[in-house]
Amino acid sequence: MAQDRPTAVELLDAVREFLEKDILPETKGGRAFHTRVAINVLSIVARELREAPAFDAVEREELRTLLGHDGELGELIRELAERIRNGSLDGKRREVMAHVRKTVEAKLKIANPGYLNA
Amino acid sequence: MKTMDENKLKQALMRHLGFGVAVEGLQRLPGGASHVTWSLDAVKEDGERLPLILREGPDLAKHDSNSGQLDCLSEYRLLKAAETTGVPVPRIYFMFEPEDEVGFGYLMERIEGETIPRKILRDEAYAPALPLMAGQCGEILARIHKVDISELSFLRPVPPDMSPAGQAIGQFQQILTALGEPHPAFELGLRWLEERLPSAERITLVHGDFRNGNLIVGPEGVRAVLDWELSHIGDPMEDLGWLCVKSWRFGVNDRPVGGFGAYDELFAAYEKASGIPVDPKTVHFWEVFGNIKWGVVCIVQAMSFLMGVRRTVEHAALGRRICETEYDVMNLIS
Repeated sequence: MAQDRPTAVELLDAVREFLEKDILPETKGGRAFHTRVAINVLSIVARELREAPAFDAVEREELRTLLGHDGELGELIRELAERIRNGSLDGKRREVMAHVRKTVEAKLKIANPGYLNA
Repeated sequence: MKTMDENKLKQALMRHLGFGVAVEGLQRLPGGASHVTWSLDAVKEDGERLPLILREGPDLAKHDSNSGQLDCLSEYRLLKAAETTGVPVPRIYFMFEPEDEVGFGYLMERIEGETIPRKILRDEAYAPALPLMAGQCGEILARIHKVDISELSFLRPVPPDMSPAGQAIGQFQQILTALGEPHPAFELGLRWLEERLPSAERITLVHGDFRNGNLIVGPEGVRAVLDWELSHIGDPMEDLGWLCVKSWRFGVNDRPVGGFGAYDELFAAYEKASGIPVDPKTVHFWEVFGNIKWGVVCIVQAMSFLMGVRRTVEHAALGRRICETEYDVMNLIS
């Protein structure tokens, strides 16, 4: 069932703008710091809602190829981690490195895009 | 113990120091969970003022030896040992005794200076110190690694069938498993390390947390090395690598050594003071290890939010900074 607008992202934007315009100028010290952290957290969630589905689909598809079977994304990541550790993916090092780099970059594009160019 | 009986403290000071004093300015310093640090001045009858630090923690019966943190008696003995090879540490006065009823801890000199990295790296007052500090760190580390470890039997030895690096990697795999969240980038980093284990030619005292933030700094440079509670026996190059970990540069990435210096300055000073050549590859190995270690610290901090220990938005947000360290590790091993 589709919800009425504002969408989830638009609601988050509303809360973020409230914190930025109405609350932040009224706070200082530790309270202001935590308000900035809260604003940043809302930005992360908004980016995640917008972009994560596409990233997740690519990640799952690549994992299916690397591991040789499909599954739930979280379980596939767990298997990848285990198999890197036990050495059974050593023969595919280049592909694994490329995949992990891509997924880490995808996480950063949501969590802190500025870090990628820093 | 979170309170301190000032009168008992005064009596204990007079008994150990051998002269009459008044206690002034007693205050608990922020930070520390199992160990507590107090600052105070002991004022002699002639007005002379001794600036002091009191470190206190659980006694040997209550100390959690699996915590990886040293008890106060070990810290006391370690600082005494470090003094003998010329490591700049605060002067250590004495260990309190049970009859003092002050707690399980020791008394040392309070050295004035700055420890906050952002101030050290950005305040004009410390600008003259910055070009000197990488060299000073190299020399100090050489002295730390000269401490006679046969005197340090309370530090857990490296098992005879393992290299220090192999042992450390195994510990981090266990921690990552216990934390329960898979991190393929850190696993790749640990695999990369396993394939490059340095031959441990030297086994020495390792400070374990030698970095910008644990150094007392004045305009002339490093005055003293603090925070010895993670000290252990291991590969001395671990200390050099940890000092260069990205998070300890506090944004000054073009100066890889603590945000204040260059690799060459650190290595040259270490070689000059120790007479032992530094293999940059081994330091790089430990820098990769240090970045993974920092990533694990971030996971633990995020967990402290999830488990309700630290229910703040700041701790919640830390979980989403783990991928910054994953990215750094991928760059270091590519």
